[in-house]
Amino acid sequence: MLVSISKNRKFNIRMGVYYESNDLRKFGKIADYDKELADKFFDWYGAVFEEGALTAREKALIALGVSHAVQCPYCIDAYTEESLKFGINKEQMMEAVHVASAIRGGASLVHSVQMMNKVNKQEM
Amino acid sequence: MALTKTLQSRSSDLSKPESQVEFLSSGIFSDGKAPIFRNLLDDHSSFPLKPNTLEVLQVNLGYMCNQTCKHCHVDAGPDRTEIMTKQTMQSCIDVIKSNNIETIDLTGGAPEMNPNFKWFVEHARPYVNEIIVRSNLTIIEANKTYNELPVFIAKNKIRLVSSLPFYNADKTDRQRGKGVFDKSINALRKLNNLGYGKPESGLTIDLVYNPTGAFLPAPQLSLEKEFKKVLKEEFDICFNQLFCITNLPISRFLDYLIQTENYEDYMFKLIESFNPEALDGVMCKSTLSVGWNGTLYDCDFNQMLDLKIDPNSPQSISSFNIDTLKNRVINTSQHCFGCTAGAGSSCQGSLV
Repeated sequence: MLVSISKNRKFNIRMGVYYESNDLRKFGKIADYDKELADKFFDWYGAVFEEGALTAREKALIALGVSHAVQCPYCIDAYTEESLKFGINKEQMMEAVHVASAIRGGASLVHSVQMMNKVNKQEM
Repeated sequence: MALTKTLQSRSSDLSKPESQVEFLSSGIFSDGKAPIFRNLLDDHSSFPLKPNTLEVLQVNLGYMCNQTCKHCHVDAGPDRTEIMTKQTMQSCIDVIKSNNIETIDLTGGAPEMNPNFKWFVEHARPYVNEIIVRSNLTIIEANKTYNELPVFIAKNKIRLVSSLPFYNADKTDRQRGKGVFDKSINALRKLNNLGYGKPESGLTIDLVYNPTGAFLPAPQLSLEKEFKKVLKEEFDICFNQLFCITNLPISRFLDYLIQTENYEDYMFKLIESFNPEALDGVMCKSTLSVGWNGTLYDCDFNQMLDLKIDPNSPQSISSFNIDTLKNRVINTSQHCFGCTAGAGSSCQGSLV
């Protein structure tokens, strides 16, 4: 339901909805609350994605994988589209997601060594 | 892969230019959700948009084409019968002769399908520095009639600008039709063998990347590097430059955007990527478009929307007057956001 709250009217907020795809377009508005830090962030962000030792294409694919690892729906939208721009195909995108997922899964599993250490130490 | 048909053969309402213009002025643009192009020009002190020196006469030889690409802004296809006559071609030659226009840029449809294509090229050649032909490549492979085309275009030192939306069959064929990639590669090999794309041959072939969906192109230089690497390694093909051209929301691409419910998001993408720096180089400032029937337009896109040139200027190539035309006001609508988005877009690729 569209709720009209005077201070939020300009954002056209749909209360009760956590993620709105249109909110991605409003990313720049974070500067409304703190311009200085937002400017620093966007400058840095822009520089990060420029061609360097890695190509912009490679960076788009890394970003797509990370977007899934951090489960950010805005980032997934943005970097799926960015990947399409560079002609990255479906198979390559899905492999990137599996890489991210493998690291996430592995990150949990590798902690089991700690569990095993604890077990081995404490159990008779 | 569903076969694409022209909007005209489907009797789609969008086949009518006036319906497209109306659509592009309604919805988000009439309810105030999005700015109209003219107001944005005004905000950047660029209204009215005026031309610079006329460098290119872009001549549309007809809407007939051997392909029916999904994104075609012309709604071209084998069923289109609009074709430029020799008399109108002669008027174009008269204009380039007497106005020192450096380049003619032949487009279509497939310009080579005009029966007077060779006549036009040979008669225009002495009067211009450069002839560009926007060739879809597959025409060379279409049938015997066109098998000798590569030799003819090389002999006349034509600069080719050819669409190849990607360096693999999957993406290319989805946009341009089944089998187009393989035929394009065969055609490129023939052209390379004649010297096209080879250093110091004096024969230039540039490729055109159009996004294969509702998104903007990636940076041109980055894609060019990728295209050159893959085409060389996998197909032993070389070319000169890659031009990234944004798909403008008209004709079949507009239909695609509407059918896939991408229209509003795409328009916002174009608007939010508006780059005032791209305004200086938009092609309507240095190019005039001639329709198949001799009507003048500010660009090929305006031609398809039948957005006529400034009413105070001559309307036809037969009444061409450079002094009046250079003072005209360029006609714009919301499709123009496509030329000013991001790095900008023109028939020669990115602008900034």
